[in-house]
Amino acid sequence: MTLRIINGRLIDPANGLDAITDLTISDGKVSAIGDSDSGIEQVIDASGQIVCPGLVDLSVSLPEPGKQQKGSISSETRAAAHGGVTTLCCPPDTSPVIDSASVASLIQDRALQSGFCNVWPIGALTQGLRGEQLSEMGTLKDAGCIAMSNLRAPFQNNRVLLRCLEYAASYNVTVFFSAVEHSLADDGCVHEGRYATRLGLNGIPETAETIALTRDLLLIEQTGVRAHFGQLSCARSVELIADAQAKGLPVTADVCIHHLLKTDASIQNFNSLYHIQPPLRTEADRLALCEGLKDGIISAICSHHQPHEMAAKMAPFAATEPGISSLDTFLPQALELVEKGILTLPELIERLTLGPAKAADIKAGSLGVGDVADICIFDPQQRWRVAPDTLVSNGHNTPLMNCEVQGRVTHTLLAGRRVFPARG
Amino acid sequence: MEPVAESPQLQLTEQGQLRHFLSIEGLPKSLLTEILDTADSFISMEQQSVKKVPLLRGKTVVNLFFEPSTRTRTTFELAAKRLSADVINLNISTSATTKGETLLDTLRNLEAMASDMFVVRHANSGAPHFIAEQVTPNIAIINAGDGRHAHPTQAMLDMLTIRRHKGDFEQLSVAIIGDILHSRVARSQIHALKILGVPDIRVITPNTLRPYDIESLGVRVYNRMIDGLADVDVVITLRLQNERMQSALLPSQHEFYRLYGLTADKLKYAKPDAIVMHPGPINRGVEIDSEVADGKQSVILNQVSNGIAVRMAVMSMAMSGQTTQAQSNLSETSAQP
Repeated sequence: MTLRIINGRLIDPANGLDAITDLTISDGKVSAIGDSDSGIEQVIDASGQIVCPGLVDLSVSLPEPGKQQKGSISSETRAAAHGGVTTLCCPPDTSPVIDSASVASLIQDRALQSGFCNVWPIGALTQGLRGEQLSEMGTLKDAGCIAMSNLRAPFQNNRVLLRCLEYAASYNVTVFFSAVEHSLADDGCVHEGRYATRLGLNGIPETAETIALTRDLLLIEQTGVRAHFGQLSCARSVELIADAQAKGLPVTADVCIHHLLKTDASIQNFNSLYHIQPPLRTEADRLALCEGLKDGIISAICSHHQPHEMAAKMAPFAATEPGISSLDTFLPQALELVEKGILTLPELIERLTLGPAKAADIKAGSLGVGDVADICIFDPQQRWRVAPDTLVSNGHNTPLMNCEVQGRVTHTLLAGRRVFPARG
Repeated sequence: MEPVAESPQLQLTEQGQLRHFLSIEGLPKSLLTEILDTADSFISMEQQSVKKVPLLRGKTVVNLFFEPSTRTRTTFELAAKRLSADVINLNISTSATTKGETLLDTLRNLEAMASDMFVVRHANSGAPHFIAEQVTPNIAIINAGDGRHAHPTQAMLDMLTIRRHKGDFEQLSVAIIGDILHSRVARSQIHALKILGVPDIRVITPNTLRPYDIESLGVRVYNRMIDGLADVDVVITLRLQNERMQSALLPSQHEFYRLYGLTADKLKYAKPDAIVMHPGPINRGVEIDSEVADGKQSVILNQVSNGIAVRMAVMSMAMSGQTTQAQSNLSETSAQP
């Protein structure tokens, strides 16, 4: 079966390519760039559109197992396909948590059955994410976990953390960190700033992130573990990561799309749709995150997709569950960074594909001849309205509801097979 | 980047009348003055033998207290009764929510019982806002204190007390002393003083009880009483909760009293005719000395009686705004073919 995508602007940062050219797919792999004389069975005309590697998203919460009121692996991987995402990593805070091979396998089996997106589970770094006892990292890795993380759950003490990192380093396991010092974050739900003061909401100071980050970097240096920091939220964190990278530490970082576009001003009027963790911070933080992304200190953008049932948001602000349903609108939101002149389009695509793939050591994000044909085709000009019937995710908890956005995925191919739009 | 005021639309009708009373922030000066004037008229009525007016006759007011309160709940109840409303008191902390019913379900049930107004106190900042916006928009919501966010009727009764003793707001220096961090009263007072044109608003507090960037609300911060009290016209002390001593915010009650307790000696830094206020209930010997609390500069009991008049004013205005809005919604609907 041979498919050719013609007339599109092919942007493939992994191979330094940005040109209007054709791309041919045979047997699920890229078989030719440019002219090809093989017999074509099917053609996609991508005139006026961008053809790029499928997006790689390092943080997508899947509601299975255990949180089926929020959706299913099928519904959320279908939303990924709608968003142009062909590879995603899911955090271990399912119920039960991903601290056994059986849970990791269950997730991968369901994802495979659904067939919309490659799913890489992130295993729990400690059993039950309780921060007390090492998880079976070796077994989890063999079961397909791409990395281990304790997410934002606390460690009993620094010794447990140190042991986790030493153990992970023994088996070449990458550790994903979400830096937070619990004694400072306390019961906070928003950035400790003037909006928290006005609204009387408990704040999370910047130091809750930077103190933990500093500690984590020292332990990474001590143990030599390969580390990735997810969802940086403040300017000082970017500085700390830059210093660590300059020292040669094996450290990468990502930022969530919302932190690049919004600040804590968004929580005015108790808008709980902007209740996320880590919290949205100040304009100065936002600008520093954008700059760190431009400079490559931050090498990936994630959607930090967290679908919720409406009841999860129907409560006073602090009592609502944090998180935004982001997959469906990920690409249009990311394109705002180009619109605002923060990144060029090829830079943006690099941060959405090759950057995250390298950070998680996943073979993806490249469209060289012989690579698996995971492809996103999008029209950067097309506008569409976010509405209950245009969202594919089961989670309708997006502040963009009823807003018009620009940039629309027209085709998503997974190993050359069309997964969006759905056939028939 | 300057913070934009909280959108006032939610608590106002299209014509700018009050329909909920959630927060002082974002309300126009004219509306605050209207509340004070209306309250004044109720005070003169109190001196007559018949204390009731029929403004809320046939209306049902539900006091929804998710946090315990005696004083505030009682004055709301009395205010509603003087307006001839039927009043139901619900102490939710001990009933529905302990049975696992959500806030949402409790409210929808009460709405189904044809209530007209909810007076809400809740431990979560923004709870009354959430109810007005998402749950029961056609019921007038009066905020009786939400988390650390706002206690707007308390602030308005304080403004009434200040106006009745000092007249004009535009020449005043006002100092607020104590636990600003946890105080919804202080936040609402600061907004009200600012809107009414007080040029000099001060807070006196140690840095552990000072909210981040409180200066952005238009106040000056002092750590020492001797500096902060200098020549002020109004001294407001706040209640200090005992639990603050357990979370490393303060070393001891003793030291707090020594540094921030309002004593006759410290009051001498203020103007000789300065008034002393406290939202109650007072902790004698913690934030205020008995000699000052009961002294001739204290207007603490006036605050309590002004509380009834202010709550009558706010309830009658919000109910009238809610009725106007309902009529305008109705005529819009019937105008459509």
